[in-house]
Amino acid sequence: MSTPLLEVEDVVAGYRPDLPIVQGITLKVAEAEMVTIIGPNGAGKSTLIKAVAGIVQVSSGRVRLAGAEITRLPTHRLAQAAIAYVPQTANVFTTLTIDENLLVGASTLAKGEARRRMDRSYENFPVLKEYRQKKAKVLSGGQRQMLAVARALLTEPRLLMLDEPSAGLSPLMVSEVFQRLKALVEGGVAILMVEQNAKAALAISHRTYVFAEGRNRIDGPSAALAQDPQVASIYLGAGGRKR
Amino acid sequence: MLQALADGILSGSIIALGAIGLTLTMGILRFANFAHAELVTWGAYMALAVLAVTGTFMGPIAPLSFGIPLILAIVVAAALTSLLALAIDWLVYRPLRRQTNHLTLVFGSFGISLLVRMVILLIFGGAAQYYSTALQIAIPVAPGLRIMPDQLFTLAVTVVIVVALHFFLQKTRLGLAMRALAENPELARVNGIDTRAVVRWTWVIGASLAAVAGVLYGLTIQLRPEIGFHLILPLFAAVILGGVGNVFGAVIGGLVIGLAESLAVLVVPSGYKMAVPFLILLAVLYLRPTGIFAGTVGGVK
Repeated sequence: MSTPLLEVEDVVAGYRPDLPIVQGITLKVAEAEMVTIIGPNGAGKSTLIKAVAGIVQVSSGRVRLAGAEITRLPTHRLAQAAIAYVPQTANVFTTLTIDENLLVGASTLAKGEARRRMDRSYENFPVLKEYRQKKAKVLSGGQRQMLAVARALLTEPRLLMLDEPSAGLSPLMVSEVFQRLKALVEGGVAILMVEQNAKAALAISHRTYVFAEGRNRIDGPSAALAQDPQVASIYLGAGGRKR
Repeated sequence: MLQALADGILSGSIIALGAIGLTLTMGILRFANFAHAELVTWGAYMALAVLAVTGTFMGPIAPLSFGIPLILAIVVAAALTSLLALAIDWLVYRPLRRQTNHLTLVFGSFGISLLVRMVILLIFGGAAQYYSTALQIAIPVAPGLRIMPDQLFTLAVTVVIVVALHFFLQKTRLGLAMRALAENPELARVNGIDTRAVVRWTWVIGASLAAVAGVLYGLTIQLRPEIGFHLILPLFAAVILGGVGNVFGAVIGGLVIGLAESLAVLVVPSGYKMAVPFLILLAVLYLRPTGIFAGTVGGVK
């Protein structure tokens, strides 16, 4: 296999150095691959993504993007390094208009290019165009998720990381969001996402990592893991939605 | 009555300028900077120092009491005040921001405010000073209402700055980045915004406005090392009245406080004037703790 797009190697990370939540996790994401992370509460799923995004302090281990080290790179530089991240909550600026939200997402681009890409995202997400001059607080949960994804895509990232994109959405909205993500992967974007719905995660992704207590437990092709009784006992058994 | 209204609007516009800077730094840096009012004093004295160096190489522009030299001095004072604010941030606030306790920052700003005040006292002395010793005659504009040309200048400068700042926040990328940072710093960083650079610009804008407020105060009243000490309460009252982070609210808040102070003198002895902003502050905190125009950087919601 050629150099993977994202390599996380033995990463230890947490909000406080003395209390690491992620305790040595290793994972890989290839170009245009969809990888999901599942696991019980407190497994360190979200924290790992935040560590890659530079929001949570990495105390040891390495993160590489296409072979180049990005560990401890300031968060705002990652947008230029072709990584985009969509947080689980508060993922849009509610006091800004839809248009301004997208403009913020395009802040690393030249003005003309920003406008061009914004016009393209309005084509891809007609709902957003309709509300472009409205404050984002008027959007529903699903629309906010769309806006957050549209915003993240403006920088044309090679890797899109999402934290529980289906949380709080209606089943209809979940399938729409997932269809969008699938289309993105077909278009060449790699996706790494945390998903609390293990069944949906296994169904949609190429590969899945199961975390428990801040460490890797099982990983492999999603189709195989869906049949694995061990996965069922770790995750589905411990079950329950996050928060 | 008419005179009290005019006086209130004038002192209110100076409070508003100081309050805009305070509301921006409070909204974006998320702490109550008690040293902000000292930036006002510092700005006023820096302009005095610039005038002392350059001399009044050109006469006043009639009917104003000052000319080009003071206008240049305002610009230099704004730059010097920005430098002080950036230095304070770098030396004191930035290391303290890493602490989880925000109260540490607030107490740090208390210490800074004392320090700046004492440095000014040490350098410039405690006596009242003026930019110009020329006497200015107030012009009667209506029966019972006399206004000095300098006061009209003050009002005009405030209006221009408020309008310019509004456009800056609404139409420029930096303005947008400031509004984004005020709402959600982490999401702003995720979007590729270099928040440290935005914080620096926030200081420059807040400190420059404070300096302008200080010069206008010195111009229409007088220069004393206690300018900041007397302004700090009205500034906070204006900010809280208008909603932290709300530029438009800070302007309205400033005008309300200025008017309340000057109208209060009609009913209570003038010695109690300083208590008025405090009473308004308490009333707002009691009735509407988020401010009348509870909002975010950028104004009208």
